[in-house]
Amino acid sequence: MFMNMQSKAVAMLFAVGLVAGCSTTGDMEEGDAWGNGIPMDEQAGSSVFADGYDDGISTQAMTEEERRRLEAQAAETGEAALRRITVFYFDFDASEIKREAQDALIAHAAFLRANPNRRVRLEGHTDERGTKEYNMALGERRANSVQRFLVVNGASRNQIEVVSYGEEKPAAMGQGEAAWAQNRRVELIYR
Amino acid sequence: MLSIKGHNRVSLYTLVLLVLCIGLLAAPQARGELLIRITEGVESAIPIAVVPFKETGQFGPDENVSNILRDNLQMSGEFNPLRPANMLSLPSRGEEVFYRDWRMLGQQYLVVGEAVRQGDQVQVRYEVFTVNGERRILGETATAPITNIRGLAHHISDKVYEAITGVRGAFSTRLAYITVNLEDNRRIYRLHVSDMDGRRSRVRLESNEPVLSPSWSPDGRSLAYVSFESGKPAIYTHELATGQRVKVADFPGLNSAPAWSPDGRYLLLTLSKDGNPEIYRLDLQTRALRRLTNHAAIDTEADWDSRGRGFVFTSDRSGGPQVYLMESLDATAKRLTFGSRYNARPRFSPDGKYVFYVHQREGAFHIARLHIESGEETVLTRTRLDESPSVSPNGRMLIYATREGENSVLTVISVNGGAQYSLPARRGDVRDPAWSPFIN
Repeated sequence: MFMNMQSKAVAMLFAVGLVAGCSTTGDMEEGDAWGNGIPMDEQAGSSVFADGYDDGISTQAMTEEERRRLEAQAAETGEAALRRITVFYFDFDASEIKREAQDALIAHAAFLRANPNRRVRLEGHTDERGTKEYNMALGERRANSVQRFLVVNGASRNQIEVVSYGEEKPAAMGQGEAAWAQNRRVELIYR
Repeated sequence: MLSIKGHNRVSLYTLVLLVLCIGLLAAPQARGELLIRITEGVESAIPIAVVPFKETGQFGPDENVSNILRDNLQMSGEFNPLRPANMLSLPSRGEEVFYRDWRMLGQQYLVVGEAVRQGDQVQVRYEVFTVNGERRILGETATAPITNIRGLAHHISDKVYEAITGVRGAFSTRLAYITVNLEDNRRIYRLHVSDMDGRRSRVRLESNEPVLSPSWSPDGRSLAYVSFESGKPAIYTHELATGQRVKVADFPGLNSAPAWSPDGRYLLLTLSKDGNPEIYRLDLQTRALRRLTNHAAIDTEADWDSRGRGFVFTSDRSGGPQVYLMESLDATAKRLTFGSRYNARPRFSPDGKYVFYVHQREGAFHIARLHIESGEETVLTRTRLDESPSVSPNGRMLIYATREGENSVLTVISVNGGAQYSLPARRGDVRDPAWSPFIN
């Protein structure tokens, strides 16, 4: 659980970068995300660097190439960090993907799209409450919900195997919402 | 081997028992044998005196027929056996009975008998009397090998129970259940079959992957269950006497919730191969599949009615799990439960008038009973994480799994309320009980 929280936090930090990368539609927005607060068009529009950064380095070259490289690197690192999130949690008797799970799932989908020979197994689980076979079906519904999300975001259906364990393989032992919340999950496992 | 005077035929049951006994002798010490703890008696129970049977020959401490009989009657919740220490006399034959002794003690029924060991055989002669009527209502002599003395005691319990209540006894029936233990950081799943009191348990399947949902064949000779041993769920049938297994359903997606039909020919099961969980009927001879439900919701946990015409099942088509009835295989599903947001895993009573199911109320999961015709719902349990109800074939008792502290245990209650006993494992979890049919 501690590891999960930690990797979650790291992923959150990188998620900002990823969102920026994903939502890139033009130079304007790149400038907003990565510039020093000075709008791009103003920078680009000025032929003389009147702000005093006259140290012989071309700021223009920096923004055009270095920034793209850095951005790509950050995005990649961000995605790799996001892909370390492989467990996704659900509410009781629910199979809707939570908002906080979406960035990581988008990163997994992008990776699967970029690596068509990779396969994942989605294992759906429930907490111990309720009945075994209904939970078996609910675990499958959760895993299917994750599968659909991955496919919508670029993964191919035949890269994904789904299996439900229902309440048979809890991640946390014991009773109470703290344990149950850990157990209502889908685990994404690269094969 | 369990022969009864006046009935010389060798029944199938006899053969099955013979195989079981040989297996028991050959098998290592049975693991996961259940303990028994009677937690609650019933005040209205019938007072009965089971006098310690006179023993001739060598008997082990665990081979006392009258003790087993007394325990069984107590566990049924319908009898309140008198403690031998409180008895005023210890007759072993009808001629020795002084009814006044038993009337003074407020007893309604009296059982006396004698067990004689001759070599590997034990012969038990026993009689049942009404105390007020001073009348003998049952007398029998039964024999069995000493290795099956518990089977003999259960047989006698069935006879005594039936002579007094008019209802067939279910003490010779069996339980199938699953234990889960953490061993070297791995979960080990074991399928067991035991007597109805948890004794004489034997492991039938052991796996590192989940095993669940055992369902008895109507002749009590086989089980169907779900096993993940191949890394995904598949349904197997398993003949107990031979250990022969057949993988009968291994479709993409869910293969779950098998329920054997009363004629033994079909399994109801849940498959998601066509997109979402639906109930199908599998013909075990031809392997023909017939889809019986068609809904975008979850449909699962089917149970046949006793005539094999229709079935009850769980569906969340209303938004949460509820119990539905299909009166025939092509009828329209009719919703039966309305009392709470979560009602699931229905099981018919043998007479078809009731369903037992898991019912959520105020955050807790109980076992409830619904009278189908009137819609009257009764919550039967006070434990809070209950599941997997299974009814005894005479309809008098119900077993279910629940939490007791850290572990899952089995609990048996009388369907009319009151009596209760628990069957915890010596360690680890025990769950998913299935009560066998009558075994002839």
